[in-house]
Amino acid sequence: MSLPKLGNSSSTTSADNVKAEVFSSLSIKEMEEIAKRLRRHIITMTGKAGSGHPGGSLSAVEIVTVVYCRLLRHKPSDPQWSDRDRFVLSKGHAAPLLYAALAECGYFPVDELLTLRQMDSRLQGHTDRAVTPGVEMSAGALGQGLSFTIGITLAGRLNSQDYRAYVLLGDGECDEGQIWEGAMAAAHFKVDNLTAIVDNNRQQIDGWNRDVMNLDPFNSKWLAFGWHVIEVDGHDFTQLIDAFNQAKMVKGQPTVIIAHTIKGKGVSFMENNPYFHGKAPNAEEVEIALKELE
Amino acid sequence: MRQSYGKTLVELGNENPDIVVLDADLSRSTMTQLFAGEFPNRFFDCGIAEQNMVGIAAGLAASGKIPFASTFAVFAPGRCFDQIRMSIAQPKLNVKLVTTHGGISVGEDGTSHHSIEDLSLICSLPGFTVIVPADAIETAQAVRVAATSYGPFYVRLCRPKVPLVYDQDYRFNLGKAVTMRQGKDVTIIAMGLMVSAALEAADDLMREDIDCHILNISTLKPIDKVAIISAAAETGAIVTAEEHLEHGGLGSIIAQVIARHYPVPIEFVAIKDTYAQSGESAELLQRYGLTAKDIKQAVRSVIKRKGG
Repeated sequence: MSLPKLGNSSSTTSADNVKAEVFSSLSIKEMEEIAKRLRRHIITMTGKAGSGHPGGSLSAVEIVTVVYCRLLRHKPSDPQWSDRDRFVLSKGHAAPLLYAALAECGYFPVDELLTLRQMDSRLQGHTDRAVTPGVEMSAGALGQGLSFTIGITLAGRLNSQDYRAYVLLGDGECDEGQIWEGAMAAAHFKVDNLTAIVDNNRQQIDGWNRDVMNLDPFNSKWLAFGWHVIEVDGHDFTQLIDAFNQAKMVKGQPTVIIAHTIKGKGVSFMENNPYFHGKAPNAEEVEIALKELE
Repeated sequence: MRQSYGKTLVELGNENPDIVVLDADLSRSTMTQLFAGEFPNRFFDCGIAEQNMVGIAAGLAASGKIPFASTFAVFAPGRCFDQIRMSIAQPKLNVKLVTTHGGISVGEDGTSHHSIEDLSLICSLPGFTVIVPADAIETAQAVRVAATSYGPFYVRLCRPKVPLVYDQDYRFNLGKAVTMRQGKDVTIIAMGLMVSAALEAADDLMREDIDCHILNISTLKPIDKVAIISAAAETGAIVTAEEHLEHGGLGSIIAQVIARHYPVPIEFVAIKDTYAQSGESAELLQRYGLTAKDIKQAVRSVIKRKGG
C-alpha cells in the first residue's frame, strides 16, 4: 500500500492527509462497509436520475474499492497532482461507481451524487474529464481507455516519474478492435507501470458474451498478446489486493487482472440480469435494493 | 511541405523536451522519421493502428506532453474519427494531428488514398483548430504555432512539392487570412496548393482587365470572418478554391459567413460530389477541376452574376 507523498505540495490540506491515511489503512472489514456504501450510492443515484447503468457499476465495486482504498497514491484536494497514480475508467458507463468512489474520497461532496445526469451537473451520464474532479478520461464510447492509459504510462516513463496507471475495462468492451491494438502496443512498449483490470461479468447489453460475441479463450488472448495474466474472484478483496501487489512486481510487460464478477452484484434481482445493464431501478426497486444493502 | 514539417519537428524537439511524436507506420512518408532519428525515445511508432495512436497521443497530452501524431490525411480523421472526437476533442486535449497526402494530388495511389472528406470531418469537431498551409514556409510556421498554442490542432499537408508563395520573412498569424494580392473586382479565397493556382489565375485575368483580390485562408477554423466580410464588401464577388469535396470544406464555410453577414455571388472551385481515380497529380487536378484555368472560369462566371 502506498501513502500519498504529501510533503511538497503547497495545496495539500491536513484534512486530505487524514483522509488519505484513513483510506489507505482500511481493513478488509472496513472495505466491505465502503463497498456497501458505494453500492447504495449507485442505486440511489441511478434511481434518482431515472437512467444510468447500475449493472456494470455494481459488478466492479470491489475492484474500485481496492483501487481507491488500498492502491492509489493521490490527493483529492489536488486532482492534477503530477505524481499521482492514475485510475482510468474505460467502461465509462460505470460512471456512477467512479463518482461514488471519488465523492467518498473527498473530490467533491457526497450530496452532489444526487445531481447525476441533471442539467449543469458536474456528474455527466458518461465521464467527462473536463468537468469532474478526479476523472482522468472522458469515456463512454467503448474501447478507448487502454490506448489512453498507455499514453499516460509512456509520459511517466519519459519524465522518470514513478506513478502507476490502472485502467478498468469491461469484458464486453473487449469486442472493440482498439482494445487489441492497445494490447499489442502495451506489450510492445513494455509498459510495466500499467495494469489493466477486466470486469469480467460475462454479460453485455444483448445478453451473455458467449451468445453475443464469444471472447473465449479470454485468458489465452491476453497471454498471446504478451501480457502477464492474473485471474481472480473480482468480489474477493484479498485476491484483488494480492493480484495488484503481484502486478507491481512484474517487470518488462503489462499485467491484466481478469476479475470474475457478477453483473448487478449485491442486489438480488439485478444479479446476472442484463436488463439492468442500462436501466435504472424504479422507486420500488430502489427501496428493495437499499434494504438488501443495509 | 513534408520535409519542412520533419525539419520543424526536429527544431521543436531540441527546444522543448515535452514534444513527442507518434506515427502509424508511415514515418518515411510523413517525414516524422527525421524526429525519430534525433529523438528515438520520444518517438512512438504505433504500427498500422491509427485508433490506438490517437488514444496514446491523448493520454500523453493528458500527462503534460505535446504529442504530434501523423499519418496520411485519409487515415486521420477517416480511420479514427471517434477516437479524435471523444479522446481529444471533447476533453480539448493538447494533441497536434499533422497529416500528409491530403487531397487528390496524392496521385497514382488512387481513390482509397485520396483524402477529400477530411476537412469536413475535422471542422465538424468543436474546439479543433484547422490549418492548411500553402507552401513549405507556411508549413514550418504553422507547425511551430501549433506546438506553442494549447488545444487540439489539425494541420493538413499535401504530397507533391508546391511552389513557394512566401519568402523566409513570412510570419504565420493564427486565425488571420493573408492578403496575397490586392484587387477590386473579385476575391479568390484559396488554401493549400490552390493558393499558387489562384496567383497564376490572377496574373492571366489581369490581361482580361479583371483585377483579383486574393486571400490565403490557411486557418480554416476558426475562420477569419472579418477578412472575408471586408473582401465581400470591397469586391462584391467571391470564388473559393480548395483541394477537397465541395461539401463541408472551405466553400461551405465561406458561404455560411457570406450568407449571414454580406451576401454576394460565390462560385466554388472544389471536387464535385465524386471520387477520383489513379493518375499523375497534375492530370488529376486538371480532370477534377482544380487548376488555374478552373479558377479563371469561376471568376468570369461570378463576375457575370455580380453584374446583374
